[in-house]
Amino acid sequence: MADYEAVIGLEVHVQLATASKLFCSCPNHFGSAPNSNVCEVCAGMPGALPRVNAQAVHYATLVGLATHCEINQNSVFARKNYFYPDLPSGYQISQLDLPLCEHGYLDVMVEGQSRHIGITRIHMENDAGKNIHAQHENVSYVDLNRAGTPLVEIVSEPDMRSGAEAVAYLKALHSIVTYLGVSDGNMEEGNFRCDANVSIHKKGEALGTRAELKNLNSFRNVQRAIEIEIERQKDILEDGGQVVQETRLYDAVKNTTASMRGKEEAHDYRYFPDPDLLPVGISDEQMAAWRAELPELPASRLARFTAMTGLPEADAEVLVSSRAMADFFEEAASHAEARKVANIMIGALQRALNARGCTVADTQFSPAALAELVNIVENGLISATIANDIVPDLLESGAMPEAYVKEKGLVQISDTGELEGIVDGIIAANPAEVEAFRGGKTKLMGFFVGQVMRATKGKGNPAAINSLLAQKLQ
Amino acid sequence: MPTQSVSVADVTTMAQLARLDVPEEHKEQLARQFGDILAYMDVLSSIDTSTVEPLYSPVLHKAAPRPDIAVNTRQREAMLHNSPAQNSEYFTVPRIV
Repeated sequence: MADYEAVIGLEVHVQLATASKLFCSCPNHFGSAPNSNVCEVCAGMPGALPRVNAQAVHYATLVGLATHCEINQNSVFARKNYFYPDLPSGYQISQLDLPLCEHGYLDVMVEGQSRHIGITRIHMENDAGKNIHAQHENVSYVDLNRAGTPLVEIVSEPDMRSGAEAVAYLKALHSIVTYLGVSDGNMEEGNFRCDANVSIHKKGEALGTRAELKNLNSFRNVQRAIEIEIERQKDILEDGGQVVQETRLYDAVKNTTASMRGKEEAHDYRYFPDPDLLPVGISDEQMAAWRAELPELPASRLARFTAMTGLPEADAEVLVSSRAMADFFEEAASHAEARKVANIMIGALQRALNARGCTVADTQFSPAALAELVNIVENGLISATIANDIVPDLLESGAMPEAYVKEKGLVQISDTGELEGIVDGIIAANPAEVEAFRGGKTKLMGFFVGQVMRATKGKGNPAAINSLLAQKLQ
Repeated sequence: MPTQSVSVADVTTMAQLARLDVPEEHKEQLARQFGDILAYMDVLSSIDTSTVEPLYSPVLHKAAPRPDIAVNTRQREAMLHNSPAQNSEYFTVPRIV
């Protein structure tokens, strides 16, 4: 088998979380009744004039700044012409010659290695509507609520070499747009969509013909689709065939890609500057203000959090997975030991959030409560086990941990008098084990600790139990 | 430097892209007219503009952006009834897939 190298570039479409659409005041809202957010502009009626949304320009610029792009303070909208029923005007308003942002990059970590991924351009454009195809009917239905939603398209250089690298880049981009608060980033709702261009070639030889993959609606699917496509192209070349330039649709159920027949006619979009729209100008003052507004981004926060906690990067990534999570950690860690705060967040809290399918922002749990939880373990009021066990309840109720454990009777038994009685009882009830222990089977210590813990319903102070047992079993 | 002339095949392609049904007998004339327009553009191309600041638009002022305030300005019923075919919720078109 020859030594092939894959070349991957991604085109990512991000819906901007503005209140209104890109060129009209219709609400930009997912899930409204069909065609309820439609006017003459987004329905493409002749003579209706578009006006650009100031907030969309602002958000798109923030994305460019956060990805180290040069910002064109004069950018121009162009018409991309094609016919499809979800595009009522017959053209998409996009940018070609003078996009808002160019020449950026992201550095991402892949399997412990840093990779530099170039960003060719980021431009603004409007989204299309949605076609709905009913079975056994001779019509298709068109919902234009999405038509006119502001998008940025982020086009990478073909700098990725594997599915894993593509996903690492995509996740970095996703966390940036959600940190900036410019997109909800919900992949199922189509806020964050990705197409992948994939080709392979033998090392040292010219680049191969590329296929464009569509319908990659989760991080996992992006990786799987790219990997399966690389294998498909290898098989073709190994059999002496040639890869055809085409668009292929990923089928997540079958884990295959299939050619999108019927869409193969060569695209000729006949771009030209949109005569309805003047250039978008951004003043120097505006640029300075937007630059100053950039929050600390995930990569920099991750570096700081690993230093604060001493945790490996792979573990600390949970802490920066969203801006809400990172803010939560930062706040809690200012009132309790950072490492211990991190451990609960990465373990019990993350599990509880996954089980509920929600984020920390959706719960009643506060950073102050987490800090208090860490501190009452620290001062011996409860054990670490109990602390982890009660996290789901705290999430649900919003109770403060100290009051909660006192009310539920979960306070740790550190009183040696009370523990001594229990330890004596366990020793008396297990004479065979006591004899074996004294005969040298010191591993049985675990058994005794377990018995005492069971008798105290997990509330015994482990240090006190260990020392009492050691003393009594001698 | 004359632009390469426009062929009848080019006219056919453009007509297809624009979904226009251009009669065969008109194509030659259209090709000639397109060619004339492009030749006229060559006059502009012959001027050296390498030292001139690009003109982003023939209009000198910039777009006046719109504040991001959501307002529903139209009723669905009114929008749907401006289309050739619809039901109570959707625009309808001949089946696409």
